[in-house]
Amino acid sequence: MSDTALRTPFPERAGAAIKDAFLQEALKIATTKFIDLRRESFAGFPQGEALRDRARAIKEATLQRLDEHLERLADNVERLGGTVHWATTADEAREIVLRLARDRGVRMAVKSKSMATEEIDLNEALEHAGVTPVETDLGEYIIQLAHEKPSHIIAPAIHKTKGQVAELFSRELGGRFEADPEVLTAVARRVLREKFLQADMGITGANFAVADTGTVVLVTNEGNGRMVTSLPRIHVALMGIEKVIPTMSDLVVFLAILARSATGQKLSSYTTLVRGPRRAGELEGPEELHLILLDNGRSRQIASTLREALYCLRCGACLNVCPVYRQIGGHAYGHTYPGPIGILLTAMLRGNESVRELAHASSLCGACKDVCPVRIDIPRMLIELREHLDREKVAPWGERVLFKAFRRLLMSELAFRLAARLGRMLQIPFVREGRLRALPLLLGRWTRTRDLPPVATRTFRERWKELR
Amino acid sequence: MAAQVRASLMITCLGDVLFPEVGAAMVRVLRRLGVDLDFPDGQTCCGMPLFNSGYHHDAALVAARTVRLFERSEHVVVPSGSCAWMVKAEYPGLLAHDPGLRAAAESLARRTRELSQFIVEVLGVTRIESPFVGKVTYHDSCHLLRGLGESASPRMLLRGVPGVELVELPGSDQCCGFGGSFSVRLPEVSTAILDKKLGHVEATGAHCLVACDAGCLMQMGGGLSRRGSTVKALHLAQVLAGGAEA
Repeated sequence: MSDTALRTPFPERAGAAIKDAFLQEALKIATTKFIDLRRESFAGFPQGEALRDRARAIKEATLQRLDEHLERLADNVERLGGTVHWATTADEAREIVLRLARDRGVRMAVKSKSMATEEIDLNEALEHAGVTPVETDLGEYIIQLAHEKPSHIIAPAIHKTKGQVAELFSRELGGRFEADPEVLTAVARRVLREKFLQADMGITGANFAVADTGTVVLVTNEGNGRMVTSLPRIHVALMGIEKVIPTMSDLVVFLAILARSATGQKLSSYTTLVRGPRRAGELEGPEELHLILLDNGRSRQIASTLREALYCLRCGACLNVCPVYRQIGGHAYGHTYPGPIGILLTAMLRGNESVRELAHASSLCGACKDVCPVRIDIPRMLIELREHLDREKVAPWGERVLFKAFRRLLMSELAFRLAARLGRMLQIPFVREGRLRALPLLLGRWTRTRDLPPVATRTFRERWKELR
Repeated sequence: MAAQVRASLMITCLGDVLFPEVGAAMVRVLRRLGVDLDFPDGQTCCGMPLFNSGYHHDAALVAARTVRLFERSEHVVVPSGSCAWMVKAEYPGLLAHDPGLRAAAESLARRTRELSQFIVEVLGVTRIESPFVGKVTYHDSCHLLRGLGESASPRMLLRGVPGVELVELPGSDQCCGFGGSFSVRLPEVSTAILDKKLGHVEATGAHCLVACDAGCLMQMGGGLSRRGSTVKALHLAQVLAGGAEA
């Protein structure tokens, strides 16, 4: 997201999203569909709950010895003929990709959907270096044409209606295309087939990487991932270091719950397992395979409050059920990763300061925790994050004073009683038909859209004497 | 005859100041069921607003105070799922720095119950003779549903009232948009979530919207009265006691 967009305060960005009728329609349709599909999928899968526990346990255990697993992964990838690169920062990761492109005369790179590449703003860097990046996932292709960013972790163009996509394609690709998903898909497919054949480099992320076997695993639905990993002469895979899992049997556990959580599928249409570049005698596959292991703030979190965010599989289930995401969509969050998990990931990657406002963009309803395949306690971690903001005095000064005063009120029954009495007096000019309809200052934020009951003529405490 | 059950009311801050009629209804219902009630002096608020906003040191001071106030209570009944959750799930952790307090908090957590759970689990009652008549729908408050895992008891009690016709609320498990300070930090988002909820409520054709949490009732009731709706937001205790009257 551009810095200009981030200069608008979050509440304004959210407010604008709520007023966007197209966005509201698109969000409602898509998130409802995802919620229903996920629910049906798990309803017919009684072993799902135990597998979720198992998956969580695997993530926990793997992070305990992350360095060992990563080294084993790196050894095995290299044994198979691949090259492993370690990137501490986003800058380093970009530099590695650019150097590879430069040294090998790459002019075009096709990409399979990858949030990690979004995280490091790879497309902008490639363009700047004279390499044309082409997104080949349909949703990513749409937003690339529109010069936008993904607004959902697995459905990047979720904010667009089919009518908007038809207009976009007509404008950008030349022609008049009707708002029919099949027609539009066929158009994109035709354009992209050419690109697959022209590209010198294929860039992917990784849903998992299996340490024992050196396998990079891609979970996709459109088949584009296979072409990205097999047609160009160089394959570059970029993965966050937390994506490593120890064994193939662990992979089975994750595959059983990932697609169900994301789209309600038993398995995604394609599960691509990449083991090294093309070997002698093989007919397809790239000549070179490069695996970039990206830290970018992750290892710092292993022993911290945000640790659980490293379990995230990027399924997007928590976005679909989040009442806030469902109202404001992904762009209003203003960072690569939207939704409740996105707030945690942003804090992890960009520091707590960057989520000063976003840390409160949750009603703590807990729906995210309920659907998370690895049971990340997102509400709990948001509260912890808020605690950090308070302790580090990042929270606004006025707010901190207010909460400290509130605590004093709660520590003394006398103060509490007096406050109720004071409220009863101050509210007199504002009571209409037994309701408070327009209050000043902070409370005006409530009464602009909702009534408030007035402080009771007699509080429960005052009534208790007769009830006793 | 079994020994009389004794319970203390944890009336909560909103229950004391804004919704005393809910507490009064709760007293009527529990007395009718033979519970010996008391109201420990000095109680104010569970401290959840402090805790959820990240003021954990302050919340711990409030928690320690509350734990002491209810130290001698046999049972503690709370008319709000979120406050019950705060006491049961968060107090022990908040007071972990002091072994004595922590043990007292764990003990309080065991003795504390949200109202519907208290009636069904402790008293073993699912049918309450209430004169209430009407078509009602039920909203699952987030902390009661996902925190305390409770969706059955309130519905059981509503169905147990002869004059109640309970219609299910589509998306009853979705948040009403209250979220404590969230409702004033992000009022537009909070209201947009609320509008969706109230749309569902009005589509049910129910006359009353019932919930077990003062926060949600303040949000949904405030939205209903602002749109001039005829649907009334009521606490479960008010239905069980026979109506909305004070």
